[in-house]
Amino acid sequence: MKIKQLALALFSIILITACTESNDDSTSGSSDNFDRKALLENAADNIIIPALQDLNSDLTALKASKETFITTPNQTNLDNLRTDWLAAYKTWQYVEMFNIGKAEEILYGFQMNIYPTNTTDIQNNIASGSYDLTSPNNNDAVGFPALDYLLYGLGNDDSAIIDFYTTDSNALGYKNYLSDVIDQMDNLTTTVLTDWTSSYRDIFVSSTANTASSSVNMLVNDFIFYYEKGLRANKVGIPAGVFSTTPLADKVEGLYSKVYSKELALTALQAVQDFFNGKAYNNSTIGISYASYVTLLRDNSGSSDLTASINSQIEAARTELDQLDNNLYNQVNNNNVAMLMTYDELQRVTVLLKVDMLQTLNISVDYVDADGD
Amino acid sequence: MNKTIQSYLDKSASAAPLAVFRIGFGLMMLYSIIRFAAHGWINSLYITPQFHFSYYGFDWVKPLGSFTYLLFTICGIAAFFIAIGFKYRLSIILFFLSFTYIELMDKTTYLNHYYFISLLSFLMIFLPANRHFSIDHPKATDHTLKTPIIPQWSIDSIKLLLSIVYFYAGLAKINSDWLLKAMPLKIWLPSKYDLPFLGNLMQQEWVHYAFSWTGMLYDLLIPFLLLYKKTRLWAFIAVVIFHVLTRVLFPIGMFPFIMIVSALVFFDSSLHEKIIAYLRRFLSPLSTLLGPLSRKRTNNKPFVITYQKVIIPVLVIFFTIQLVLPWRYLAYPGELFWTEEGYRFSWRVMLMEKMGNTQFKIVDGSGQSFYVQNDDFLTSFQEKQMSFQPDFILEYAHFLGDHYSSQGYKDVKVYVDCYAALNGRTSRRLVDPKANLYQIKDSFQHKDWLLPLEDEIKGL
Repeated sequence: MKIKQLALALFSIILITACTESNDDSTSGSSDNFDRKALLENAADNIIIPALQDLNSDLTALKASKETFITTPNQTNLDNLRTDWLAAYKTWQYVEMFNIGKAEEILYGFQMNIYPTNTTDIQNNIASGSYDLTSPNNNDAVGFPALDYLLYGLGNDDSAIIDFYTTDSNALGYKNYLSDVIDQMDNLTTTVLTDWTSSYRDIFVSSTANTASSSVNMLVNDFIFYYEKGLRANKVGIPAGVFSTTPLADKVEGLYSKVYSKELALTALQAVQDFFNGKAYNNSTIGISYASYVTLLRDNSGSSDLTASINSQIEAARTELDQLDNNLYNQVNNNNVAMLMTYDELQRVTVLLKVDMLQTLNISVDYVDADGD
Repeated sequence: MNKTIQSYLDKSASAAPLAVFRIGFGLMMLYSIIRFAAHGWINSLYITPQFHFSYYGFDWVKPLGSFTYLLFTICGIAAFFIAIGFKYRLSIILFFLSFTYIELMDKTTYLNHYYFISLLSFLMIFLPANRHFSIDHPKATDHTLKTPIIPQWSIDSIKLLLSIVYFYAGLAKINSDWLLKAMPLKIWLPSKYDLPFLGNLMQQEWVHYAFSWTGMLYDLLIPFLLLYKKTRLWAFIAVVIFHVLTRVLFPIGMFPFIMIVSALVFFDSSLHEKIIAYLRRFLSPLSTLLGPLSRKRTNNKPFVITYQKVIIPVLVIFFTIQLVLPWRYLAYPGELFWTEEGYRFSWRVMLMEKMGNTQFKIVDGSGQSFYVQNDDFLTSFQEKQMSFQPDFILEYAHFLGDHYSSQGYKDVKVYVDCYAALNGRTSRRLVDPKANLYQIKDSFQHKDWLLPLEDEIKGL
């Protein structure tokens, strides 16, 4: 009698558990009053896809000006090529943080913006004429940093640079490499964009569960990872020597063009802030975002306004960054203290994002999944 | 008084509850080890990391390279032998040693329930859990089916350990964050929005409070409700519901199942005899193999434990330590949840949502300085755990100091830039950024290089 009761109780509870556990990633209807699907739709439709489309058209323009340049390598065409390169590079700052889906699968970011670029590898590739640009060994010999070198760093002045594409004994090799690198960037971007517009977008927006592999969680993980490594460390911290005994000025982004390094960093910071706040890429519409999610949860728990703190700390970092020399290479060499102060402000954003925001969202982070208690 | 104690010690009981407990324990430990290996955790937690966080005084306990797999294998085989009752004493000692060694290898993985398993297996070394339905006692002297008897205290000691775990976990919940702010459940539960049926409920503020208060009352009362015969069945149903719910809501692995099976020990021997009878029938197809699984018949004279004179004092000391150790935090100033001085080994379960971000600055004699990239030395799991726990931070600071000294840096100093957030409070500095941690020796002294929380969590 007793045993039967017990067995029945046990059995029914285990049954309930079993059902509960088996469905844990199929729910799309959210049960609280926050619409995560809307957050993902805003991210996909108003931020990620428009930014990729813009990058794609920038790269199409870059391809066209590249064709013109290799047909007729002269100062005018070089200037046009450089203008298109910079435009695309700035758009890239809005794309790099979304290392998700196809981008993650094909290691898009690694083939677009690894710097400092390896000039020896580039020269060897050009000399040999046979190279696999997708090879991991060539990650530091392709993408925007490689173009930076090919367009600004080959010679001491513009005429010396143009000579490499005209009178140099291997001018054809230089032209081919320039052309191949740009074509490859364009191909990769098309691949990523097509995946988003054809199928991934719908998969992405419906993955709203709180699991390590859901879009809601991966997106914020990628975002924070990018902020910490791609922006804070790569653009400011590493050149300023934060992680080394001496400053490493030649690790700045855009080393050869020199004057764009601050502009690229400012653009990236804007991209980060816009994404956090859910601001559309093409216009100033504000949609549902992690900022609104944080605001909602914080209001619920009666704590101070974290969204405002994050935004004002980003402003503080921007103010510091803005005061720096356009050429961060010079800034590091002339007055690295200002560079370090910028890093400190950026680091405080990291704490707010990684500690306060993640705690508020209570998102499963992609750490080793061990048991808790 | 002495008479009461003596008559209690002479009291005997059926060996069935302890036999069922032994079988359940062995099988669940075997499964836990297999599950641990199947998740790849042996490699990711013990082989991959280049640095391991040690418990104070146990820095000689380190993973054994690829022999770590052997260690887990021994632990798993010992668990299986415990279940079938084969060379029980040797198996349980081996299990206790191997399991405890595993837990001591890296405190990153500290869980209260692993500590519980270590304690339980230590206790079981002294109990005659193999008297019934085991390979060890195959030859029945006669053929009646009566269950052998063992001292009552050997079953009660398991009940006592379980009761301590629950009751102290309940005491720890009597604090203002848990009861008055419903923290950290207010952070954790809403994130379970994706659970069917429960997801909506988890958003309600009253649910957070209801869970907090129920959890506290459950932990405090359940030992008594299990001990009292009239409430036992309902208490056990509550145990099942409570632990299944925690399993659904939180990533706590095997612990709920271990507690559910363990709670069976509170029931009368008749239930356990039925379970054994059922097992006997279930195993009957294997009777040729397991034929020896039988019943030692020592019906009338209580089973005499050989070293009872030694065992009783050992257990008295063991339980005294268990009762006192959780209170050691009272010896430290400052907020327990913030400094974590005396936090572990005290059944403080699920009390904190705490995260941190910690950067280490190395300064050498010439004034040159740089920050360490933690992922050069730590796995992401280690970094996460290190970032908010002061003893981890200190140990890692010493590791870094030694590392850079050996690289030729002179007169190394290690400073820390550490922010942590506790139970929804805004992040603040945990460690004094002016303290050179490389000069500070680890000890049980108060860590005066920590900055205060500047908020009081009232309660126990």
